[in-house]
Amino acid sequence: MKVIVPIKQVPETSNVKMDPVTGTMVRDGVEPIINPLDLYAIEEGVRLKEQNDGEILALSMGPPKAMTAIKEAIAMGCDDGILLSNKAFAGADTWATSYVLSQAIKKMGEFDLVLCGERATDGDTGQVGPGIAAWLDIPFSTYISKIIEVKKKSIVIERMVETGYEILEIETPCLLTVVKEINYPRLPSLRGKQRARKMENQTWGPVDVDAKPENLGLKGSPTQVVKISKPQVTRNGQLLKPHDEKEIEGAVDRLIDFLKEKEIV
Amino acid sequence: MSYKDVWILGEQEEGQVKLVSYELLKRGRALADKLGVDLIAIILGKKIGKNGIRELIYRGADKIIIVEDPALEFFLPEPYVNTIEDLVNKYKPEIFIASATTTGRTVAPALAIKCNAGLTADCTGLDIEDRTGNLIQTRPAIGGNILATIKTPNHRPQMATVRPHSNKPLESDSLRTAEVIYETVDPVRLKSRVKRLEFKKNEEEGGNIQDAEIIIAGGKGFKKDDNFKMVHDIAAILNGAVGATRDAVDLGWATYPHQIGLSGKTVSPKLYIAAGISGSVQHLAGIKTSETIIAINNDPEAQIFHVADFGIVGDLFEILPLFKQKLQALKKGQETEEIQGA
Repeated sequence: MKVIVPIKQVPETSNVKMDPVTGTMVRDGVEPIINPLDLYAIEEGVRLKEQNDGEILALSMGPPKAMTAIKEAIAMGCDDGILLSNKAFAGADTWATSYVLSQAIKKMGEFDLVLCGERATDGDTGQVGPGIAAWLDIPFSTYISKIIEVKKKSIVIERMVETGYEILEIETPCLLTVVKEINYPRLPSLRGKQRARKMENQTWGPVDVDAKPENLGLKGSPTQVVKISKPQVTRNGQLLKPHDEKEIEGAVDRLIDFLKEKEIV
Repeated sequence: MSYKDVWILGEQEEGQVKLVSYELLKRGRALADKLGVDLIAIILGKKIGKNGIRELIYRGADKIIIVEDPALEFFLPEPYVNTIEDLVNKYKPEIFIASATTTGRTVAPALAIKCNAGLTADCTGLDIEDRTGNLIQTRPAIGGNILATIKTPNHRPQMATVRPHSNKPLESDSLRTAEVIYETVDPVRLKSRVKRLEFKKNEEEGGNIQDAEIIIAGGKGFKKDDNFKMVHDIAAILNGAVGATRDAVDLGWATYPHQIGLSGKTVSPKLYIAAGISGSVQHLAGIKTSETIIAINNDPEAQIFHVADFGIVGDLFEILPLFKQKLQALKKGQETEEIQGA
């Protein structure tokens, strides 16, 4: 079984600091990491390889430093990885990104499965996975919480939706995006890290993937970011600061009165 | 033929039109009015119920395009994407909005590639640019730390998904009328390489938090699993649903369907009670459209207080038991009244 896992390097966003003046992200001291939701895709790919033999390859698009993400994926158990890096790719939206990734996948030879994280934690779109499938014209499914059975020409999967779980059977080759219910990602092993360090870096540009120049980067992107601003969420509510038991009781009474006012109780 | 009109993608379950469809109509109505064009709802299914169709009209649609086929009974990517692609190519809408549900977020990105269109995910604001008539899309990014304004000047349709339950539908207006068109699709386009074998419905208490009118949610402040039961107790008294922060879910105190925030669900209840929740930007992004927010936290500097309509700074282990007790007493009193009244 051959599995390709497209991953993204993102800034660690759970503790992001914003510059209050410019409204931009303070990048100093922010570690680039593999998109946390991609780790589930890598883990699932490595497990499938362990159970069914075959090959698992990581693929990413980004600046040269994103090679560290490829190396980390190899350390987690991927056999190899390719980085798509070139000035022409810069500024791509999800349309242009999924185009380049799909071109690269076509160049990587026959495969059974493309496994993606559900979305990246920086852009938060979840659009690149389905986008790749559309470019490749392969069947796809999203929000996969379990791979139930791998058959010769299909895979039985569980898809998490708002009201429950769909059990689906999808023909291969196909693309799946996975949610974090699917597994617990392993940490990179020491041996994996050593192997990753020794491996030769593979970087591809537009010519390597036969990409049409007009579909690339900022110029090839249908959507344009025209403004970045700071979200305003402040409401001016009443705030009680009770100091002893009696005041706490008073505060809870006022809370109940507030709920009555709002016709909730 | 040039691109015209605003489309919303309606959703159905067992033929019943879902709430998100009406929510989208309100968003679409504002855009269509500003552009002076029609608002069109499209909906796919095996058979769409008459009540739902009527309600789509009452809640803002000028026209409804329906495609009925057994292959469209349940959402499957290929038949849905192909059908909508054919409709888009035939009618050429200038704006196409879907809800950011598991269906919308699956259909829209594939459709955007097939139609060579730009797509913006999870928009919180949609507007029309005065001079150009372009769609102006606003969305949070980088974990809710920034708001990005995005447009798609040179591609049509301009596509966007909108977070479910981030706005309420328009009031139902029974004086409204609309044209209803039934379309058919080439059977080849309805083929699916994905087959649906089975469906397992969630049997969790409190139901879907996105449909809940009242939510009580807990975070790290509960310190351990056992304490989280308090959230369930109060939810039961208020007849509400249980929510949780990402931390609480990661710690195993609640399951993922209860997670609220950017990486979980966006909710828009009448009342949101946040206990032991500091209010990370990610969490706030998921609750800020709640009608009323109540916060209980021991840190007076907690971000959650900035978005709260009513806050108590204090120890939740002192406040919640008392709150629970007083609520129970109140409910009991009300029941007695009802019995006496009857």
